[in-house]
Formats: sequence, structure tokens, C-alpha cells
Amino acid sequence: MADQVYWEDIDVGTEITPLEKQPTPQQLVKWAGGSGDFYQIHYDKDFALGNQLPGIIVHGALKSAWLGQLLGDWVGVKGKIKTYGCSYRGMDIPGDTLTCKGTVTKKYTEGDEHLADCDIWLENSKGEKTTPGTATVVLPSKG
Amino acid sequence: MAEDSIITDEMKAAVGVESEPSVYEIEKEPIRRWADSIGDSNPLYHDEEYAKSQGYRSLVAPPGFLGNYAYPVKAGAGPRRGFQSPFTRVLNGGNEYDFLKPVQAGDTITATSRLAELREREGRLGKMLFIINETVYKNQNGEIVAKSRGTGISY
Repeated sequence: MADQVYWEDIDVGTEITPLEKQPTPQQLVKWAGGSGDFYQIHYDKDFALGNQLPGIIVHGALKSAWLGQLLGDWVGVKGKIKTYGCSYRGMDIPGDTLTCKGTVTKKYTEGDEHLADCDIWLENSKGEKTTPGTATVVLPSKG
Repeated sequence: MAEDSIITDEMKAAVGVESEPSVYEIEKEPIRRWADSIGDSNPLYHDEEYAKSQGYRSLVAPPGFLGNYAYPVKAGAGPRRGFQSPFTRVLNGGNEYDFLKPVQAGDTITATSRLAELREREGRLGKMLFIINETVYKNQNGEIVAKSRGTGISY
């Protein structure tokens, strides 16, 4: 685990430590089992082609889970994720290298909480942001 | 526009209606399995002693874990829906979560969903129906632990 990040360490523009993923068809099957989402477009190529898709595609919720991992790794055990969400604008396919990234867009306090708003996204190997989103996290303060 | 709308009166009537609550136990092994399936080795999700050393009672549910309960085993795979979509194909359009309190193994969660909104749009694959569901998750003490909003695209 990385060192704990404190609210005082960050500023608008600070980058969240990126998280790289190289999903395989096997990982999509593992996710199907882990999440209970057995929709065939994620592991049955013929079914996916029949649904006008280019082939099997990565589950949206798996991409969302990775963005949750990105945030969880970054805020550390003393921080917490308050809200986050993302839109699945583009499809991602197994075999590609996908990278979760983020930057701080606002730093503020509310009551006794030290907060940061962030843009977060997942991009494919061409650098296209297929899965943009936003998050609000609480970071510990050196106070 | 109104004439060829795919949103029928039956579908409009389903907006705002709450689902039957679903009750689930949060268990250790499903948390580990979920975290393993995304490749997340964070010890909060794997090592109960570590989680306890950080002030938790047991393993912590990772962000997004509660979203699993869109697919309850007892109801079969696939999101529940209070109406018939004119299309058979579906894609996930997006997910948003608000986390209000930590969810840990040993908690019992009651999830209640409601169809928040239906929208239609002409897309690359023809007409598409956007189905927006909101879910509220409460723990065994009746506290709201999380809320989620999901967009399904039927086409």
C-alpha cells in the first residue's frame, strides 16, 4: 500500500496515482461470478456479435469498480470515498490496456471534514476517456 | 414525437414505484471474491485482523460492492423491472454511489429500488430507452448506509 495522502499534501490539479488494468476474458468471467452479472455480452462472443457489439465487452460496473479501487488506494485507510460515479460512454474490450486516472478539481472543508472533488476516468490505450466520472473524497488532515 | 414514443402508459405508471425490499447479509467470502475479481488486494477487503486494527468490526465492503444486489440470486440474473421494455438488449449506461456509513461483513442490508425516470433517444443503434433506477441501502439499525443511481440502456 502507498503512503497515506493527507489533505495538506494535495491541491487543485494534483494527480491521483494511476491504476492500470489489462482485462482478459477470464477476468470478465471472474467478475461475472463475483458480481452476479451473467449477461452474455461479456463472455459469449457470438451472443455479443448478435447484439450488434464488436465482440465481448468489459462490464460497465467492473470499470466502475476499478475507479472505486483507484480512489480507495489513493485516499488510503484514513480517508474515505464520499460519492463517486461514472458514465459508460465508450466500450472497452479485453486485451486492451485500460488506465484509471484522476485529478483534483476542488479542495475545501465542510464542517470538520477535509474534502476534495475530483475528475476521474478510465481511458483506453488510445487515450480515449471511455468512462468519465466525478468523485468527492474525505482525506485525513495533519491538522 | 409523442406519436411514436416508445414509453407507454404502462411504463409511465411504473415510474416512482418502489420495489419490494431485498434483504441481504454482507459476508466475508463474497467480499474477498469480489475484491479478487477486480484485482484489488486492499487488506481492508481481505484480512479481518487488519480491518479490526483500523477500527472496523470486520471486513469492509469495497466501493460498488452493494451494486451487486442489482442482481440478487433469488430473483435470477438481471435487474428487476416493473414494466416490459420494447427491447431485449441492454447496456449499462452509468452508476453513481453515495456512501454515508461503512458497510462491513455481518451487516444486514435492506435495499429498496425505485424507477426514477424513463427517457428515450435516437442512437447509433436505433431507438434507445434510458431507464434510471435509484436504490437506497439501509443497515440492520435502519441507518441509510448508501444510495445508488444506475442508468440502464435498453435498445
